[in-house]
Amino acid sequence: MALKPPREPLVWALFSAGGMVAALVLPALAGILWIAAPLGLLGPLDHEGLRLLAVHPVVRIGMGLLLPLFFFHWAHRFRHTLHDGLQLYHLSRFIALVTYGVALGLSLGALWILWSLG
Amino acid sequence: MENAVDTVTLKVFRYRPETAPEPEYETFEVPYQEDWMVLDALNHVKDEMDGSLSYRWSCRMGVCGSCGMTVNGEPVLTCATYIEDLLPGPIRIDPLRGFPVIRDLVGDLGDFMAKLPRVKPWIIRKEEEPLDAGETLQTPEEVGAFRQYSMCINCMLCYAACPIYEMEPDFIGPAAIALAQRYNLDSRDHGADERMDVLSRKHGVWDCTFVGECSVVCPKDVDPAGAIQRYKVTATMDWFRSLLRPGRSG
Repeated sequence: MALKPPREPLVWALFSAGGMVAALVLPALAGILWIAAPLGLLGPLDHEGLRLLAVHPVVRIGMGLLLPLFFFHWAHRFRHTLHDGLQLYHLSRFIALVTYGVALGLSLGALWILWSLG
Repeated sequence: MENAVDTVTLKVFRYRPETAPEPEYETFEVPYQEDWMVLDALNHVKDEMDGSLSYRWSCRMGVCGSCGMTVNGEPVLTCATYIEDLLPGPIRIDPLRGFPVIRDLVGDLGDFMAKLPRVKPWIIRKEEEPLDAGETLQTPEEVGAFRQYSMCINCMLCYAACPIYEMEPDFIGPAAIALAQRYNLDSRDHGADERMDVLSRKHGVWDCTFVGECSVVCPKDVDPAGAIQRYKVTATMDWFRSLLRPGRSG
């Protein structure tokens, strides 16, 4: 259908998926990193142990999927905060370009870091 | 609860374009009665104090959806809002936000009336069956899928509460989308594709940023915000499907 907006379903899908996985994963991550680890419930955590965890293929793939969704969730929310919240309608295209551009840049950066971890 | 007050002050928005080009507030001191709603106080003003006060009302029982106004800044049905809950006053009464004011508390709802038929809020069948084919039966589950949305009384509180509608008047709006979903989710209906042309556009569901106030103020617990989010999923799935089948229309 020619009249459909071409991008909104895509960015909304990324926003929506990002919000859902953030709600599911972030509490668990916070529980592990901010509570269990400092309390020593996970045993001794050293740099080498964390590096080995990060280079595990499952962790790489998982983070490679999760991080872009987090970034695009932020981008969509921040775009609407600027566009509707601050009513910057005249900057509509610019705001979309910057917010999604930043999300894309952060995603590529995260993927590059995950890829290059040795 | 024992209330010591005998009267309550109403600050009522007045706009009488034939005599005063600018709107103003007029103060009325009305007797307080424990079982009075805000609408009862307005009726007292009209019957006993100033017959020129204009506002809409009809059923007085939360069914007709006529008496929606902004009371102390909140969009409410005045027939369902106890004065007791607003004491000691003064109680400020304005027309619903987002609609041009015709006179006093009467808003022009023409915008909604023009938008509503665009979502085709009626049952669309692929083929009409003859009357002697009998009823189209539904299971309780099939009725439950849409029943909530059929409770809408077009009171416009959701439009008045929606910050997007105020800023983006082309937005088709919460009630119209909820009513579209009332038929989309009805097992007897085959019109979802026809409604998609309107709903999946920018000024359809995509203008909504899920503020959620529409569902908060709805006096019939319709949850238009939920209807819109559900439709975003439908529209997104359709968009992805259209990528896989580019020639598909509708």
